[in-house]
Amino acid sequence: MGTFHDGKGELHGITVVVDTDGPIVYVGRCWEMDDQRIVLLDADEFEEGKDGRTKQEFIRKAAQVGVWKKHDRVAVPGSIVKSVMPLGQVSPS
Amino acid sequence: MPYDPRLVAPMRAELTALGFTELLTSADVDSFMMQKEGTALLVINSVCGCAAGMARPGVRLALQQGPRPDRLGTVFAGQDLEAAAQARSYFADYPPSSPSLALFRDGDLVHFVPRHQIEGRLAEQVASDLARALAEYCGTTA
Repeated sequence: MGTFHDGKGELHGITVVVDTDGPIVYVGRCWEMDDQRIVLLDADEFEEGKDGRTKQEFIRKAAQVGVWKKHDRVAVPGSIVKSVMPLGQVSPS
Repeated sequence: MPYDPRLVAPMRAELTALGFTELLTSADVDSFMMQKEGTALLVINSVCGCAAGMARPGVRLALQQGPRPDRLGTVFAGQDLEAAAQARSYFADYPPSSPSLALFRDGDLVHFVPRHQIEGRLAEQVASDLARALAEYCGTTA
């Protein structure tokens, strides 16, 4: 059985890591994605250096256990997006 | 808001047909979890086809491949809200996600598969990983 929400891009429904050009990285379930923005649901965000951790350390931990949502919905402007990657493809070690 | 029960019924049936007991209340969950001896697989089922559509057949294939846990239980996230919340309290270090799979041995969580490790994968891949865990924790020498 496939998704109930066809037409929102191949990453729809997939938990993704959205890294930005700045200090912030987001992890959340991709709702829709186009050139203008990426909309994430149930998303966490992390700022480089918070709690003494790097972005990579945060991402690796997320790959192990998932994320605690800080936002029901967040729209990340496409202009600041550096990369988008499924969290399931991140090595947790 | 929960989906129409008629929509969800076949998704529940995919697991109950495998021998899973549906845990519909907090008391059901606690009763299931209080039986600590041996191994137990608890599946957090969900509607979303993005991941659950691979989780259920993945579980079926894994159970066909290798040793079965002593007990099989399932709650349905987004449908049986109280039961799902209670189930998650038994692996509270993990952020809520559905579908997800939790394997316990003698009451301890020994293997957990969150949603993001199911999404985008084939049922066979989900099954392979779960079967490996079942072999490790549910085999006769475990």
